[in-house]
Amino acid sequence: MIRFNHVGKVFTNGVVALKDVSFHVPKGQFVFLTGHSGAGKSSILALIFAEQKPSEGEVRVSGYQISKLTAKEIPRLRRRLGVVFQDFRLLEYRTVEENVGFALEVTGARPETIPNRVMRVLTQVGLASKARAYPRELSGGEQQRVAIARALVNDPHILVADEPTGNLDERATRGVFQLLREINAGGTVVVMATHNMELVRDTGYRTIELRGGRIVYDSGVDENGELR
Amino acid sequence: MRYRTPFREAMLTFRRTPVLSGLSVASIGFSLFTIGLFALVALNFRKALDVLAERVEVVAFVMRGTPTEAISQATQDITAFPEVLELVYVTPEQALGRARRELVEFKEAYRDLEVNPLPASFEIRLKPDFRDAVHAQAVAERMRGFPFVEDVRYGQDWVERLDKIRTMAAAVGLVIGLAFAAVAIVIIGVTIRITVLQRAREIAIMRLVGATNNYIRGPFLIEGAVKGVLGGILAILMSWLTFEAFQRSTGEAGTTLVFFGPLQMSLMVIFGTTIGLGGSLLSVGRQLRNV
Ligand SMILES: Nc1ncnc2c1ncn2[C@@H]1O[C@H](COP(=O)(O)OP(=O)(O)O)[C@@H](O)[C@H]1O
Ligand SMILES: [Mg+2]
Repeated sequence: MIRFNHVGKVFTNGVVALKDVSFHVPKGQFVFLTGHSGAGKSSILALIFAEQKPSEGEVRVSGYQISKLTAKEIPRLRRRLGVVFQDFRLLEYRTVEENVGFALEVTGARPETIPNRVMRVLTQVGLASKARAYPRELSGGEQQRVAIARALVNDPHILVADEPTGNLDERATRGVFQLLREINAGGTVVVMATHNMELVRDTGYRTIELRGGRIVYDSGVDENGELR
Repeated sequence: MRYRTPFREAMLTFRRTPVLSGLSVASIGFSLFTIGLFALVALNFRKALDVLAERVEVVAFVMRGTPTEAISQATQDITAFPEVLELVYVTPEQALGRARRELVEFKEAYRDLEVNPLPASFEIRLKPDFRDAVHAQAVAERMRGFPFVEDVRYGQDWVERLDKIRTMAAAVGLVIGLAFAAVAIVIIGVTIRITVLQRAREIAIMRLVGATNNYIRGPFLIEGAVKGVLGGILAILMSWLTFEAFQRSTGEAGTTLVFFGPLQMSLMVIFGTTIGLGGSLLSVGRQLRNV
């Protein structure tokens, strides 16, 4: 589903964010990206949803080669991905259901199918009762659930989450994480960047640790680099 | 949940950010208003020049004793000149009558005359497009070609001065008009840029969930066009109020002033719409390239 092949990323300001990064995420996997702030986690995610292009090497996501995407193909790729951020990125002038429905509208989904699909994902994240609320009326945990619902509404194969629990208290963190686990259990690949090691521990999920833009540890491969 | 068309989306912007939307409309309105005021001045100045130009007249004096057939033949020929609006043949008797009526000082002198000293003449009024030095002179030259024409007058100095004023007015008008238009475009560009920057986050989120550039652009373009239309209407309204106030304050003299016709008003709205659209297109385009 996701394949990084000797990927390097140098930003235009000269900062080297990634060096020789290679890994492969097969169908259905849950992967943690860990490492200190500035290690390169967000850069990897940005390459996955084509916000950035690799400076070196090759990134393949869902059959698309990121470095060769045309302006028209980027929206198509993104409709197959769900993306979730630490700061939720909801539209403040829209209600919960509008925020979620919006991700369907942009795909040109038939208008009459939208309300049902929206209610289905809102039920899945446990927020059906808040459909008419505005983001500011919700707690952080609830806002992140809305963002996750929005990411899910297009039935993505891959969900990318950049520190999704970074702004949440412990209780909300566990709730959101549990939700991501359920989504993964349904067959969706989840790539989650976090520095919350407590969350990572004991889950048994694959963990890729970054330091200074390099992979320093990957629990998902053996000494030969083969997937376990 | 209501489905959102690009149009409804654009209209929602006005509800969400009434102050900013109002400011953009006002800035488009004021920019067009300055252009409008200037255009009004230019329009009225031109009209005044046209009124002056109505007096451009070529007069050809006819030799005494010219046969009537020659006169009537010439009348036909002259009327066929493309420049000629109206041709009047003034007999010596008519000329004398006119002189007695109009030149009060000479009333006495003209009464006791035994021989009429005034010649007959052709008085030629030119069509509006030909009331300038070049055409007046051309007509005068042609008149001199008639063997029975003694002398031709067309107020050469006066016509040439009128020409100069016209050329200068056109040049000044063009320069000031272009300057105003440039300022208007910059102001409008800035206003729309603020709107776009204010919505940069929204645009980024739209792109994140897979919106195409066209989908994102749609509401912005509609919004820009609507602001342009409203700004144009506002400008016409302000121009009209200013015009009314000015006209009232000038009293009698003001009654000859003219306001824009329907065509010019539509042009103003179309111009507003165009810059509203153009400004949106430019600033959204730049934003889309940045993300
Ligand atoms: N858009 C950018 N432009 C320039 N430098 C960037 C950009 N994004 C990230 N960086 C730099 O790249 C390095 C890796 O950043 P990032 O991938 O965000 O790390 P993490 O998410 O692990 O904290 C950092 O040094 C950061 O300052
Ligand atoms: Mg980061």
